[in-house]
Amino acid sequence: MAFLELTNVCKSFGGAPVLSGVNLAIERGEFVAIVGYSGSGKTTLISLIAGLTRADAGTVRLNDLDITGPGPDRGIVFQNYSLLPWLTVFENIALAVDQVFPNHTPEKRKLLVEAAIATVNLTPARDKLPRNLSGGMRQRVSVARALAMDPQVLLLDEPLSALDALTRATLQDEFERIWEKDRKTVVLITNDVDEALLLADRIIPLTPGPGAHLGPSFPVSLVRPRDRKALNHDPEFKRLRALVTNELLGYSARRRATVTRKLVLPDILPEDLDRPPVRRRPLRPHEIKETEVSLGT
Amino acid sequence: MKPFKLDWLILPLVGIGLVLALWAISSSTWATNLPSPLKTWQASRDYIVEPFAKRGEMDQGILRFTWYSLVLVAQGYGIALLVGTPIGFCLGLSKTFTKIFDPIIQILRPVSPLAWLPLGLVLFMGAGKQAGTYGALFTIAICAMWPTVLNTAVGVRAVPQDFLNVGRVLKLSRWKMLTKILIPATLPYMFTGFRLSLGIAWLAIVAAEMLTGRPGAGGFLWQEYNALIYEHIILSIITIGLVGFGLDRLMGLVERRFKSI
Repeated sequence: MAFLELTNVCKSFGGAPVLSGVNLAIERGEFVAIVGYSGSGKTTLISLIAGLTRADAGTVRLNDLDITGPGPDRGIVFQNYSLLPWLTVFENIALAVDQVFPNHTPEKRKLLVEAAIATVNLTPARDKLPRNLSGGMRQRVSVARALAMDPQVLLLDEPLSALDALTRATLQDEFERIWEKDRKTVVLITNDVDEALLLADRIIPLTPGPGAHLGPSFPVSLVRPRDRKALNHDPEFKRLRALVTNELLGYSARRRATVTRKLVLPDILPEDLDRPPVRRRPLRPHEIKETEVSLGT
Repeated sequence: MKPFKLDWLILPLVGIGLVLALWAISSSTWATNLPSPLKTWQASRDYIVEPFAKRGEMDQGILRFTWYSLVLVAQGYGIALLVGTPIGFCLGLSKTFTKIFDPIIQILRPVSPLAWLPLGLVLFMGAGKQAGTYGALFTIAICAMWPTVLNTAVGVRAVPQDFLNVGRVLKLSRWKMLTKILIPATLPYMFTGFRLSLGIAWLAIVAAEMLTGRPGAGGFLWQEYNALIYEHIILSIITIGLVGFGLDRLMGLVERRFKSI
């Protein structure tokens, strides 16, 4: 029996099913990445594991117990951070710690919060409000909050997709470092194959919805710690990357064959920056020329 | 027009000057009963230069009258907030509650303070001398309540699902969910409601005082109308306007403090 197990899970929000027949088994201490296109039901999948939504059919079990609702044994890091904007970094994490460890002494809880903040290198910002932090820092707080609850499973719902590429790389390295420390079970949802390869033990693609299900899983046997620069020339990395990417592109080719869309693009010339700026009233709709471009087959 | 130095001061003064001119011309041509600006100033001088004087029950400095009104407004407004905020939370949290009470709220909301006051007086008829005060409080509270109720309800419904999910993952108790997440997340909306409510409370006090004859800015206005001292009507109107403006600005500052979250 696997640590976290999903069997034949189906979910629809009225209308076509978002997920149908999802089977997943994750061992304790495993880092699994689920990659898929946006809109394919990745967030729904993680909400099911978190217990924020219930499956229509099938079972979600953690440690041989059915998941019936959300709980602090499954720490979740949301895509949009979900920090409470009226609480400081310290208070945001303290809210979680106080709730999860009501039997600890206040001093011990304070130490736990401080430790979580230190883990993500945010000690200088501990008394700042989220609005005074950059996106990357906010996401670190969110990670610290999830870690401070000492969950059995850490669920990361596209944690880095809202960040710029450089910050993303830094945080990926940091995720790896944090994970190496206590090797929690992690489910990472992402749309970035490189990120999955850098962090995960196993990559599972999610087919595009409606009726998404999980594809074949790809074990990642690259040695840890994984160095981003060295990986770029690693033949195994390149092979896996090609495999996963091909799998995903295969889905999209199948999907594209059935979709035709027309995009209307405005017919605008780039501005000539060498010319003196001209003050002009805004364009009226009928003054904009539009060209139609058809996509697909 | 191009912005120039001190335009924030000069342009409003131009506006005031134009209105004064219109007033002066009107009082000297077609509205002969309307006291001219100069006569108004002469008649009001005592009330303005000695704003806290008390010469008789209905003959007091204008700020003293204003103070009476403000005290009553503060009480009625306090009741409105204490009653309105919980109702707003219930409306925002429960669809059933909304279905039961929303129609009745929509019907009671547009009723004028002038219509509520007689009912208030009837309700508190047993209170004897205090009936006027209680009636006025009832009127202010019930009229000023609605913006608070409705804005709080909207605010509660607008709490982002993400914040609620945080609470669900942490398994917060109902009480903690309310105090740690719902109330802080709703505060900006609540303060918008509080601001609108204060404006209405100030409207209602004037109506209540006029009908009950209580000493206050509105009561003074009505009494001086009956005493044929029309200058003081204008004095009262200007005072009521200025105080209302000041209150709104004050609440605006408080509101901005919470909006910045």
